[in-house]
Amino acid sequence: MGRFWIIAATVFLAGLLFTGTVDNEFYFFSGYVILQGMIMATAWNILGGFTGYVNFGSAGFFAVGAYTSIALNQAFELPLPILILAGGLVCGLIGLATGYLTLRLKGIYFAISTLAMAIVFETFVNNWEYVGGAAGAYVLTQVDKLFFASHVELLFMVMLMIAIAAVALARYLSTSRIGQGLTAIRDDELAAECMGVPTLRLKLISATAMGVFMGMAGAPYPFFVTFVDPISAFSLFIAVNAIAMPLIGGTKFWYGPVIGALVLGLTQEITTVTISSELNLLIVGVVLIGFITLAPGGIAGLVQDFRRSRKG
Amino acid sequence: MAAPLLDVRNLTKRFGGFVALDGVDIHLKPGERLGLIGPNGSGKTTMINCISGALFIDEGEIVFEGRDITALPAHRRARLGIARSFQIPKPFRSMTVIENLHIPLEYAAWQRIEHGRVGELALEILERMGLADLAHTNCSDLTQIDMRKLELARALAAKPSVLISDETMAGLSSGEVDEILEILFALNEGGVAVIMIEHIMRAVMRYSERIVVLDAGRKIAEGPPDDIVRNPDVERVYLGE
Repeated sequence: MGRFWIIAATVFLAGLLFTGTVDNEFYFFSGYVILQGMIMATAWNILGGFTGYVNFGSAGFFAVGAYTSIALNQAFELPLPILILAGGLVCGLIGLATGYLTLRLKGIYFAISTLAMAIVFETFVNNWEYVGGAAGAYVLTQVDKLFFASHVELLFMVMLMIAIAAVALARYLSTSRIGQGLTAIRDDELAAECMGVPTLRLKLISATAMGVFMGMAGAPYPFFVTFVDPISAFSLFIAVNAIAMPLIGGTKFWYGPVIGALVLGLTQEITTVTISSELNLLIVGVVLIGFITLAPGGIAGLVQDFRRSRKG
Repeated sequence: MAAPLLDVRNLTKRFGGFVALDGVDIHLKPGERLGLIGPNGSGKTTMINCISGALFIDEGEIVFEGRDITALPAHRRARLGIARSFQIPKPFRSMTVIENLHIPLEYAAWQRIEHGRVGELALEILERMGLADLAHTNCSDLTQIDMRKLELARALAAKPSVLISDETMAGLSSGEVDEILEILFALNEGGVAVIMIEHIMRAVMRYSERIVVLDAGRKIAEGPPDDIVRNPDVERVYLGE
């Protein structure tokens, strides 16, 4: 078993221990939000960082995951794991469709089309009465909380598991032969294709993986907040964080979004408590501008440069 | 006559109303050195894009090793053994020189190499091209001549049976041109057929066994270099009436 899986198992057990020993629910709320950011950021990075196709519509994927969950819960009262898989499946299909968009749209045009797609979904949900339409929907938390002291502890552990799965997949994609192909696509798609890289297939794989995990990040959300409306589900905050976290952590590395989510997520949670929740977006903006201008490789990029300069 | 390695028949490519290539036939024998010349805008690069699969064609067919590849995407053609370099070098900029070679080795040549030897094979190619010292340099830091060599090295790492070299020598000094020519001769001796597109007449005349001349999307002449320089049509295209 590799070092990665030992760390992953340790993190999982630490999470379990945390739920067993800490009573203050605030920590689990905060942890949930940070993990949600980590999953979204990791998913975004699989397409945006590895392959170079910038997705501005992350909130759209997230919300579709959340609303898939609401609709299926309302219709069949399915257990949470099934809802998460369903959210992942629906958004995976949307991701696949997004992958086909890359055939015709590159760069800024692709980015704008993803933004447009999110707006289309928002309009659709706004007019879908079954899930509450523009007024929003109340969702009852599911009764079964297993052996956890509270429902939020259960949700925290669920998010931790999805986050580990997302990071494991991102790591696999970036360290395998597929990852080399994705990097080649990001650097020069035509040259990659002429060097034998099946560019379309790899783009479809990364776009689908992105969709699956964004959907899975969104699916538990209704049970976490118990009230969802289009404005909160399609929030700018979610979309901006999904881009900001990888950029701050380092888009070229699978662990970049993890670092970014921890740094930015913790900063946001601390500011919310100590100063005000309104400052959150402002902080993201300022930190983001700082990194883009001073350290475009993110924290992981800075560390790599530092190591190289010490070696050289 | 040996069966052609590559046989392009009646190739026609249009961009909207503009006919870039109009029913061109080109064939290439195994191990042959073919020069492709013509004035700017005559369709040389379009021809390469069509053969390598970067563009799909409107009419005609492309047969490689007896197999119709007209409908195959570029990456499948690369896997079969058609490699190309780009007129304006297109290195993978975030990678080092040797990492650039890993891509064709791990994709285009993957079915034809021993998987454990990718690093070794990449280094071998760099040594042949005189780039071994730069293996771990980031390719954005290369000089023009090294960038051209990398372009050829990367095409070579695809383990091709045909290499299409698109103006690899443009803008290089006379000494550098000779250097690239030597590399291309050595490659050819190793059994790789080469299609050379070049504006530098000295180089293309010396290198090619046979030359095809394109003008405004049509083939206007074909033959050994000595005949081509004496061909009145070619003279008219290059020098005017």
